[in-house]
Amino acid sequence: MHLIIATVILMDYEELGLKIGLEIHQQLNTDEKLFCPCPCELTDKKPDYKVLRNLRPTQSELGKIDRAAFEESRRKLQFIYEAYKDETCLVELDEEPPHPLNREALKLSLIIASLLNMNVVDEFHTMRKQVIDGSNTGGFQRTGLVATAGYMDTEYGRVSIENLCLEEDAARRIGQKKGKVVFRLDRLGIPLVEITTDPSMKHPQQVKEVAYQIGQVLRSTKVKRGLGTIRQDLNISIRDGARVELKGVQDLDLMPNMVENEVKRQINLVGIMKELQSRNANVVDEIYDVGELLKDTESKIISKAILEGGSVLAIKLEGFSGLIGREVQPGRRFGTELAGYAKKMGVSGLFHTDELPAYGVTQQEVDAVSKFLKLDENDAFILVADEGEKARNALLEVLRRAKTAIKEVPEETRKATDDANSEYLRPLPTASRMYVETDIPTAKISRAYLKRIQENLPELPDEKQARIIQEYSLSEDLAHQLVRRNRAAEFEEIMGSSGLDSTTVASTMAYTLKELKRDGKAISKLTVDCLKETFNLVEEGKITKEAVQEVLVGVCDGKSSPEDAARDLNLIMLSEEEVESVIEGIISSNSEMIEERGMGAMGALMGKAMAKLKGKADGKLVNKLLRNKLQNK
Amino acid sequence: MSYRGASKQFLDSQNVSIGDKIRITKKDVFYEGMVLDRAEDADDEHVVLKMASGYNMGVNITDSRIELLEKGEKPEIELPPVDVERDNHKKDISIISTGGTVASIIDYKTGAVHPAFTADDLLRATPELLEHANVRGEAILNILSENMKPEYWVKTARSIADEINNGAYGVVVAHGTDTMHYTSAALSFIMDTPVPVVLTGAQRSSDRPSSDAFWNLMGSIAAAKSDVAEVTVCMHAEEDDPACYLHRGTKVRKMHTSRRDTFRSINTEPIARIQNGNLKLNKNMDYKKRDYKRREESEVVLHDDLESKVALVKSYPGISAEILDLYVDRGYRGIVIEGTGLGHCPDYLIPAVSRATDSGIPVVMASQCLYGKVNMNVYSTGRELLSAGVISALDMLPETAYVKLVWTLGQTDNNEEVKKIMQTNLKGEIESRSSKKFFLI
Repeated sequence: MHLIIATVILMDYEELGLKIGLEIHQQLNTDEKLFCPCPCELTDKKPDYKVLRNLRPTQSELGKIDRAAFEESRRKLQFIYEAYKDETCLVELDEEPPHPLNREALKLSLIIASLLNMNVVDEFHTMRKQVIDGSNTGGFQRTGLVATAGYMDTEYGRVSIENLCLEEDAARRIGQKKGKVVFRLDRLGIPLVEITTDPSMKHPQQVKEVAYQIGQVLRSTKVKRGLGTIRQDLNISIRDGARVELKGVQDLDLMPNMVENEVKRQINLVGIMKELQSRNANVVDEIYDVGELLKDTESKIISKAILEGGSVLAIKLEGFSGLIGREVQPGRRFGTELAGYAKKMGVSGLFHTDELPAYGVTQQEVDAVSKFLKLDENDAFILVADEGEKARNALLEVLRRAKTAIKEVPEETRKATDDANSEYLRPLPTASRMYVETDIPTAKISRAYLKRIQENLPELPDEKQARIIQEYSLSEDLAHQLVRRNRAAEFEEIMGSSGLDSTTVASTMAYTLKELKRDGKAISKLTVDCLKETFNLVEEGKITKEAVQEVLVGVCDGKSSPEDAARDLNLIMLSEEEVESVIEGIISSNSEMIEERGMGAMGALMGKAMAKLKGKADGKLVNKLLRNKLQNK
Repeated sequence: MSYRGASKQFLDSQNVSIGDKIRITKKDVFYEGMVLDRAEDADDEHVVLKMASGYNMGVNITDSRIELLEKGEKPEIELPPVDVERDNHKKDISIISTGGTVASIIDYKTGAVHPAFTADDLLRATPELLEHANVRGEAILNILSENMKPEYWVKTARSIADEINNGAYGVVVAHGTDTMHYTSAALSFIMDTPVPVVLTGAQRSSDRPSSDAFWNLMGSIAAAKSDVAEVTVCMHAEEDDPACYLHRGTKVRKMHTSRRDTFRSINTEPIARIQNGNLKLNKNMDYKKRDYKRREESEVVLHDDLESKVALVKSYPGISAEILDLYVDRGYRGIVIEGTGLGHCPDYLIPAVSRATDSGIPVVMASQCLYGKVNMNVYSTGRELLSAGVISALDMLPETAYVKLVWTLGQTDNNEEVKKIMQTNLKGEIESRSSKKFFLI
């Protein structure tokens, strides 16, 4: 425990040689997918049909099978793809070669690259990046390098943007069915940009800042918004550790914690490594069958495996005792790391001596296994109970990981978890995953075309906010909301043709629409033209400002135009004569009160009049008319 | 190296060749990477680099400086040799490779998929095959199947015969898919085989993880070990992976440009379905009637004389009679017309047809409908075509009719004999009965 507390307090990132890099994946909001004309929308519809496929690793361009690809293949997974007759086509199913590159997506990626001060390549080559976890039907993701060597200035200094790639999104993992992973093809092929910084960030807070700023740049262009449309990965290493990629960091606020926890993990793994080396630790390269020793066990997992004809297998780790239970991240032990590797082979977990006796395994059984394996007091064993080949493969993985633990911190791809920890996913891929996509012609990017794009770059969100505050005398809050909700352009368009005060228009755009959306109203009916018409009604004195929201609700609910809605909802303002006659009516039916109180009846009568005229007459006018009538009585 | 013009000069200036590591410096940026070859048809203004990240890119050489960083070797595709030990409990199956997608790999010259695999490479890529048979590989051709021609059918048939005579229990032929059904029909007529001869290929190149080559080969090995001693085509049955159909070589056709299940039996049903290496005969087959030819102990017999001067002409609205005249004038020995509907062509073509038949050139009528049987008795044009001496291809596919005419004219000069052979079912190419089951399956 001491070790952990000490590291938390003493973490000096510079001393540790912390290096952080950031990778952001952002879906583009194009009309079509990157290599086929299907829509870029996810669907919850029941799939029209399902297709069963296998993937096998192949030679890559350099004739080497990639390490990560090889490991995936050993799991021998089969995949089920959910497909649609209308929403997906043969391209996603790998039943048809890709169509030529989507030019809109390429253009968007050039805009983003330019906003990030990057150098755009002369000729774009589409590559195949081998991914044989089934998330791509072809067994590779199509991707290409768009730009390099850009930068972004932050309050922590300048950060280099290394690469920007345009690639296709992967299929959506839906679940697992009889050992086969099920993917849906709706997401496969949606264009993404992948933005990678160099690993020069040195402070956990800086990553968050950079992620935020890149997010701002992305939001100024035609990108998708909402959950799952942007994904962040972190690359983290310390000097004595190794490069680790944390995949799927959702929450920007969690990023600094994530970095801290990974640094802790690497420090603790280095600690364990040194301890193992000083103990002369050794991993015995053999898998023992200990089923006979545990045949009467009360452990449910073990007895179930035996009952189903599986095996109980063990390995011996010399000099590992006490270290397997050591914590490496809050709530996660070195044993959890080993289990992560075992789980990749399909077993549900493992038992290790540092946690036994437990889970129904008795001390006598531990002793029996220890005796059988000739365990020393410094030694540990690990047990896996499952179907024979699965258990063996799982332990082979654990052996590999345990051997590495004596030598170094392994380079890994890990999955970020919600508690800012991470779990093992696969080894870091090597460069040999890439080979050229032969079905797609290369795309030249002419400097003239690039120049046109760079002369018409969109305004960044911060710039836009500052400008509309100035130009329309908006409050900072309203301006911020308009920019954040991507309503600024519409706001400006409406202001161009409306004489109404900017605050009324802005607050309608920023807040009223949000409320209507929250209430489940069909706000897609509220086009810019429809909003313009509504504001015109206010300007022409046909409705009051207060009636705007009700009119908009009316339009959402199916009334054809704002004016129709106002009429149907009885919100059209009355003419002065009509108001006068209403007031006369009130006066005559309250003549007794007026006799008694004279001008003193003003307050009560005003109340009655407004109850009757609310939303149909301006309060000032009612007040004026009523006062006149009473005075002249 | 296919760099030329300016880009070649650019590379030569620093004595740079493919595989070298170089740096190209431009005004605002520099790139470091390994020089890759460029497609032969591309321009001469760009150099292709493979960056350390694995990405390729094209760098425009205008106003650029080149530096050689490190001499490299051109990356070669190397695989460890396969050590095949014969297992007496397993059957001996030969795989003959002719090129095409089932045996191909990325080529640096063009950056495209090329048929460059040897039969041994095929085994290295799919060592699992060795679990099911003693597999011997032999590459006899290295061509894309669109470049097939009748003389290669003969070469292939002779190689297959050699394998069978050397004791192969069955033979698998790896073939490009475009013209696989022509070759399967040709081999059907050329060979009387005592053992299975199975053609297979891939619709997704074998260099990719999702290739259908593996399951097609697995299915073919199972078919080659089976009792079906015919020339067959074994390819994916559906878009799904493990299942394949075994199609009769004379009644199968490529019906989709890209789908895995592109090969369909036409005017009949597949002989068998093969799933995970298990062959299941079509339950509609009548075994007693010997719907398929069974394995036997006889020698392989070849009838490999062919007449390659045969034309396959498609009829279409607006077709000119000159087309038929041209073939006659150029000394063609036979013509197959892929007619419309029940077997028609415009009536103004009939004089040209008569001219051909009068010159002793057999004219065979198949249908571009593919499904169904030619019947020229229904309409007057048909009847006139019959009187002009046109031979009905019955329910033969146009491609099969073409191949059969190529073969028949190699067997006999007698036109009466030609007509008789064309209309006699020799290798399952003619199905006398029609059935609802035979359409669009």
